[in-house]
Amino acid sequence: MTESNTEYAPANRSKFKKIDMSKIGGSDHGQSLDSLPSCLQVSNLNLYYGAAHSLTDVNLSIPSQRVTAFIGPSGCGKSSLLRCFNRMNDLVENCSIKGSITLDGEDIYHRSVDVADLRRRVGMVFQKPNPFPKSIYENVAYGLRIQGVNKKRVLDESVEKSLKAAALWEEVKDRLHESALGLSGGQQQRLVIARTVAVEPEVLLLDEPASALDPISTLKIEELINELKERYTIIIVTHNMQQAARVSDFTAFMYMGKLIEFDTADNIFTNPTQKQTEDYITGRYG
Amino acid sequence: MTALKKFFAGGTPWIWINAGAVAISIMMTVGLLLLLAYNGLGHFWPKDLMLAQYSQPVESGDPLVREIIGERVGNEEVTAERIISSGIPVTGDRLMYERELVKIGNRDLNGNDFTWLLTDYLDNIRFPENLTAFERWEWGNFYGYVREVRETGNAVAVSDPANLDDSAAWDALTERVARAVALHDEIAALEKGAIGEVNYALESLRLQQRGLELRNTDTPEALAAIQTEREEWDSRYAVLQEQLRELYGQIERDTVVMIAMNGQETEIEVSEIVRAYQPNGMHIGNKLAVYAQKLWEFLSDDPREANTEGGIFPAIFGTVVMVLLMSVLVTPFGVIAAVYLREYARQGIITRIIRIAVNNLAGVPSIVYGVFGLGFFIYFVGAEVDQAFYQEALPAPTFGTPGMLWAALTLALLTVPVVIVSTEEGLSRIPLSLREGSLALGATKFETLWRVVLPMASPAIMTGMILAVARAAGEVAPLMLVGVVKLAPALPLDGNYPYFHLDQKFMHLGFHIYDVGFQSPNVEAARPLVFATALLLVMITAVLNQVAVSIRNRLREKYKSLDM
Repeated sequence: MTESNTEYAPANRSKFKKIDMSKIGGSDHGQSLDSLPSCLQVSNLNLYYGAAHSLTDVNLSIPSQRVTAFIGPSGCGKSSLLRCFNRMNDLVENCSIKGSITLDGEDIYHRSVDVADLRRRVGMVFQKPNPFPKSIYENVAYGLRIQGVNKKRVLDESVEKSLKAAALWEEVKDRLHESALGLSGGQQQRLVIARTVAVEPEVLLLDEPASALDPISTLKIEELINELKERYTIIIVTHNMQQAARVSDFTAFMYMGKLIEFDTADNIFTNPTQKQTEDYITGRYG
Repeated sequence: MTALKKFFAGGTPWIWINAGAVAISIMMTVGLLLLLAYNGLGHFWPKDLMLAQYSQPVESGDPLVREIIGERVGNEEVTAERIISSGIPVTGDRLMYERELVKIGNRDLNGNDFTWLLTDYLDNIRFPENLTAFERWEWGNFYGYVREVRETGNAVAVSDPANLDDSAAWDALTERVARAVALHDEIAALEKGAIGEVNYALESLRLQQRGLELRNTDTPEALAAIQTEREEWDSRYAVLQEQLRELYGQIERDTVVMIAMNGQETEIEVSEIVRAYQPNGMHIGNKLAVYAQKLWEFLSDDPREANTEGGIFPAIFGTVVMVLLMSVLVTPFGVIAAVYLREYARQGIITRIIRIAVNNLAGVPSIVYGVFGLGFFIYFVGAEVDQAFYQEALPAPTFGTPGMLWAALTLALLTVPVVIVSTEEGLSRIPLSLREGSLALGATKFETLWRVVLPMASPAIMTGMILAVARAAGEVAPLMLVGVVKLAPALPLDGNYPYFHLDQKFMHLGFHIYDVGFQSPNVEAARPLVFATALLLVMITAVLNQVAVSIRNRLREKYKSLDM
C-alpha cells in the first residue's frame, strides 16, 4: 500500500473524479457480519453524563480490518460511543458507564487497564485538526517520544513511513522541520492521521474527520481511509450519509442513544430493515 | 440642539477624551524621564569654576568683602523679608532678590561645601584658566590654585597663581595624580583580592576548628593540622602586609600646596585626589572626556563619603541579582501552584476560595511581607538553618540575619500571586482539542502537561514574570527589613568558594535613593545623585522588563494559537 502512496500525485488521481460507490465503499458486499472476526465487542453498554442517559443498551461487534461507520442525527450518541472505545469519556466529569467493551477479548474498563496504553492501541482523530504547535516532524514523532523512543534513525523512519501512509509525505518532505500550523486544514488533518498511525494502533477512531474540511480535502481523507483499512480496524463517525456509504463496509444507525440497526453498508443504504433507518437515510428527519 | 446631540452621539468628544488621556500619560512619563535626566545627568558635567568678589552688606559700616571660588549650581528668587530675617540687611527696596547656590567645596576648610550668595552683591566675576578642581576620596571637592608640588617634602615644581602661563606645578601634579590613582587601585586590588582570600581562609579555619570542638573530635592531630595551615596563611599574610605597607609608603610620597579662596594656603596629599582638572581652560572635547569618565565612575565604582560621591555599582548589582534570583525562585513556584490549581485540583468551592485568597495576597501592603520575611524566613528558618549547618559560626548568625536569599524569597512571595494568576489564565486558554490530541496518542496527563500544555502556556507564564519583575524591581519597603543596607561594597559574588554568597547583605537602588535623598548629611551634594539613581532604577527596570517581553514575544511567535 505504501507503493501507491509514494507515487501519489494529483495528476493521476483527478481531484474531481466521480466516486463510484460500487468500487470504493462496501467491498464486503454479501459478506455477513457474523462471519468476520471481531475486534471490539460492546455489550449492554449504558452511558450517563450525570443524570442524562446518553447511551442505552448498546450491543455491537466491530469487525477487524474493516471500516465501520456510525451515522445518526446530532445528539444520537454516536460520538459518545466512539469516545468510549479509547476511554476519552474518562476526562468528562460525572460520566459513568455500565456494561462492557472488550478489545481482543480484554475488558477495557477493567481496573488493571493502563489507559495510556489503551489509547496507544486505539488511536483517535478528531473533528477539528489539532496538530501541536511544533514542527511537522515533531508532531509525527510525538507518540514515539512519549514511549521513550529517542533514536533519530528510528524516529526518521517512523516519520517517513507514517507520513507516506497518510499520503502527506510528498507534500511536506522538504519542510519537515517547519511548523505544522503552516499546513492547510486538509493537510493538518492528514498530519493528525499520520501522527496517530505512527504509534501503530490496532484501531483508528475517526470522529467526523472531514467535517471541517473542503470537498477536495474530504476526498483525500476518504481515499486514505480506504487504504488504511487494510491494516487497521477503522471506526468513523459521520453525519454525512454519502460519506458513510462511500467509505464504510459496515454501518450502524443510531438514534436517541440507541443502536437501531447495524449491518453491511449495502444493506443499510439499500435495504434497511428498520423503519427509522429508512426514514433517516431517505432524509425524512435528522 | 439636535446638532449638539448629534455631536455627542457621534462620539467625537469621547475620542477627544481618550486621546487626551493617552497624551497626558505620555507627557507625564516623558516629563518624568526628562526631569530625572536633566537633574541627574547634569551633575557629572565639569562646570566652570567662578572666581568672584562677594560684598555682603552688614548692619553698620563697610560691607564684608570676601573672595569666592566655586561652581555655580543653581539660583532662585526669595523674598526680601526672608533674607533680612536670615541676618543680611538688604536695602529692602525690592520684594524679591535673586540668590545663587555656589558649591565652594573645601569642606575641610569651610565646614560647608555649599553656600547661598545674593546675585546683586557678586561682582568681578572671572573664570581664570588655572583654577583647579580636585575630587578627593574624602572631604568632597577642593577648589583653588596649584602653588607647589612636593616630593617627600621637597618642592619639585612651583607656580605663581597670578601667572596664567606658568603651568609647571600643574603639569607635575597631573603626572603624580595618575601615579597615585594607579597605586590606589593596586592597593584596593591587593586588599580585596589576596588579603581578602587570606582573611576568608583564616575564618574558614577558625570555623573548622570550632566545628571540631563542637563535635568533640578536636584531636591533637586535627588541631595541629589546622594550626600548620593557619601558620602558612599567616606567613602569606605577613608578606602581603609588607607589600601593602610598601605601597602605602609610595602613595604617601607626594603632596601639593594649594591656595584656596581668600588666599588660604593648605597642603594636600596627592594620594587623597581621585581626579584633578582645570575646567576653565578645558575645551568641549576634554570636558566630554571628563564627563564620560565621571559617568562611568558613577556606574562602575563603589560609593564614597556616605554615598554622596562615587559610584553606585554595588546597588546596581544588588538590584539586578536580587531581581533575577527572585524570578528564578518565583517562576517555578508560581507555575507549579497554578498547574495544581487549574489542572489537578477538583474545581469547587475550595479552589474558588484559594483563588480569591491568592488574588487578595497581591493587594497586601508590601511592608507586611517584609515583616513576615523577617519573622518567618530570618528569625525562624534562618535560625534553624544556622543551628543545623552553621553551628560553628554561632553566635554570629549566617542565615539568621537579613540577606540576599531572604530578600529574594520575600519578594518572590510578594509576587507569586501575579505569576499564579497569569499562568492559570494561560493554562485555561490552551484548547481542549490539543490536550485530547495528546492524550489520544497514549500520553499521560503529566506528559501532556509537560510536552504540550506548559510550552504553549509559556508566554502567559512570561507575562506573569514580567509583572513580577516590574513589581519587585521597584520595591523598597520590605527589603529594608530583610536584607538591604546602606553600604555593602562587597558584592555577593566573588572569587571565594562558594562564589555566590546568598547570606550577604546587599545594596539596592531603591533604598539607595531613599538613603541618599533623605538620610544624607550633605543634602545639596546628594540631590543630583538622587535624580541620577532614580533614572538608573527606571532604566534598569525597563531593561529587565524589555528582556522578559522579548523572550515572551519569541515564545508567542513559536506557540501562536491555532486559528481555525
